[in-house]
Amino acid sequence: MTPAPRSVAAAAALLLAPALPAGASTFGDVDRGAALWAQCRPCHEIGEAARNKIGPNLNFVFGRKAADVDDFRYSEAMQRARNEGLVWSLDTLDKFIAQPNAVVPGTRMGFPGLSDPAARADVLAWLRKNSDNPRDIPEAPPTAVGTDHSVAPEILAIVGDAEYGAYLASECLTCHRAGGAMEGIPSVTGWPQEDFVVAMHAYKDKVRDHPVMQMMAGRLNNEEIAALAAYFADLGG
Amino acid sequence: MVLDRRHFLGTSVALTATLAAPVVWGQANGRPKVVVIGGGPGGATAARYIAKDSDGGIDVTLVEPTRDYYTCFFSNLYIGGFRDLASLRHSYGALASVYGINVVHETAVGVDRDARTVTLSCGAVLPYDRLVISPGIDFVEGSVPGWDVSAQHAMPHAYKAGSQTELAKAQVAAMPEGGLFCMIAPPNPFRCPPGPYERVSMVAHVLKQTNPRAKILIADPKEKYSKQALFEEGWQAHYTGMIDRLGPDFGGGNVMVDPGEMTVDIDGEVTRVDVCNVIPAQKAGRIAELAGLTDETGYCPIVPATMQSRLDAAVHVLGDAAHQGDMPKSAFAANSQAKVAAMAIRGALTGSKVFPAKFSNTCWSLISPENGVKVGATYEATEEKIAKVDGFISQTDEEAALRQATFEESLGWYAGITADIFG
Repeated sequence: MTPAPRSVAAAAALLLAPALPAGASTFGDVDRGAALWAQCRPCHEIGEAARNKIGPNLNFVFGRKAADVDDFRYSEAMQRARNEGLVWSLDTLDKFIAQPNAVVPGTRMGFPGLSDPAARADVLAWLRKNSDNPRDIPEAPPTAVGTDHSVAPEILAIVGDAEYGAYLASECLTCHRAGGAMEGIPSVTGWPQEDFVVAMHAYKDKVRDHPVMQMMAGRLNNEEIAALAAYFADLGG
Repeated sequence: MVLDRRHFLGTSVALTATLAAPVVWGQANGRPKVVVIGGGPGGATAARYIAKDSDGGIDVTLVEPTRDYYTCFFSNLYIGGFRDLASLRHSYGALASVYGINVVHETAVGVDRDARTVTLSCGAVLPYDRLVISPGIDFVEGSVPGWDVSAQHAMPHAYKAGSQTELAKAQVAAMPEGGLFCMIAPPNPFRCPPGPYERVSMVAHVLKQTNPRAKILIADPKEKYSKQALFEEGWQAHYTGMIDRLGPDFGGGNVMVDPGEMTVDIDGEVTRVDVCNVIPAQKAGRIAELAGLTDETGYCPIVPATMQSRLDAAVHVLGDAAHQGDMPKSAFAANSQAKVAAMAIRGALTGSKVFPAKFSNTCWSLISPENGVKVGATYEATEEKIAKVDGFISQTDEEAALRQATFEESLGWYAGITADIFG
């Protein structure tokens, strides 16, 4: 595997943009964008008191260098992109959310991409409005809670046995990459433990769709899920 | 368990013997020794996890004759033109340099289970405290009358990846206009249950583009096969009228071949073929048999909780060679079993914690471009066997977008599992 040259090539592609979708030059509809934000909010928060979750908070993202949010542990790929000069603008964000893994190969962002240019323009319009004006978000802060499933507090409170987690995780690492690379299969490293636990229970309870994950989560008990969360929280770069 | 005195003495004596020999394979400095025979998904995974998780506390030697390993999984995609051969090739460099494994490119030719030693083709003798055997499969002699390995150039099996896979692909490319590709499918149990049928799909994909009047004939001794409804649906939709399968009712189990004449005799009817892919009946790799670890099935019975041989507690058998119960013979399964064995071996040799065995498997198959399907299950260790707990399979009539997502997931799995196996 040679991630470094690919990343350089991708950064060059981003700057020159010969093969990737043409960058956006206009914002779309804020209201339609608000609906699309539902796809982002499992991982990202925005607004006053927004926290870093599976992904970094998106306050003031426009004009900011890539990998620049304090206290968020970025993938090596995203840090390289920053070092190569990636700055988030309407244009670069548009390309990135079209195909995250093509623009920053090895990013941990587990989102396949939004292929419709109009949809991207809409969500970027919403992002622009809220990112630079976090106070304007109509819901109570933090506006986007990164959960799609409710899990009882006593389950969230379980402290996982990381050693057991290391053994259990060996099963996950047949598909998910220990280094956090995302290639057809999402990255699960470096997640806040609560998000990890919620996601696994969502599969276990068959609220999230994926036959492999429903099967794998289905036979894990609460302690085992906590153990995995503890292990994966500290894994990856 | 910590090393007992008898055990430790035995190792020391063997070490002295090794030092006296002309070739010295490095010293373990009193660390417990694990020898792993076979550098595929079972053996390489076990070696890597034992070395990694014991932090150098266990001396691990991996015996694998080839310097470059070509994965059998995804080799059908090479035949279909979806991967190049180089993408299937993996080296043992990281296992040696990152994980400190002693990688020995020799063939294991004998196991002395009383002395706990492995003899290599070069004459060197490796002592072990625990032995892991993961040799994959060999073919049952005479299972397809008329065929043996001396005929594998005329009629390739392509069931161990590398030059055989290249040969099969080249033969498909060289088929005459409107020619006949014949597959002799194997009886159960065999490596990669959907493999023959994915291969047929890939050959059909190539022929559809280059030789659309060509035909494919499968002679199959089995009533049913893995993902049958999904393959049949796909063949009907994408390769209409190209593929015929003769099951046992139509003599598919009564087959002889003549590699010199390039003919196939199915239930008395002799047909001239242009390519003949013979996938013989299978058994555990030869070294397992030489070590006396196989039973009447031709495979090695194991204790599910630890993957220890039922015939020798100092030996663990992984992957295709194991006679274990409900898991299919697949790379995913071998990789899963290797992690259970690695945990058990570390527990026995260093006293690390031992957890309940959990096993899983998922097999993806490609039917046509971006049309992937999958089947998977989870398993647990019972006294008797590795027993299935839960499972799923792709459905017929799935939307193209889901099939495409399944295919893309399979690419991610390949990258993931090969990183997990080879480091």
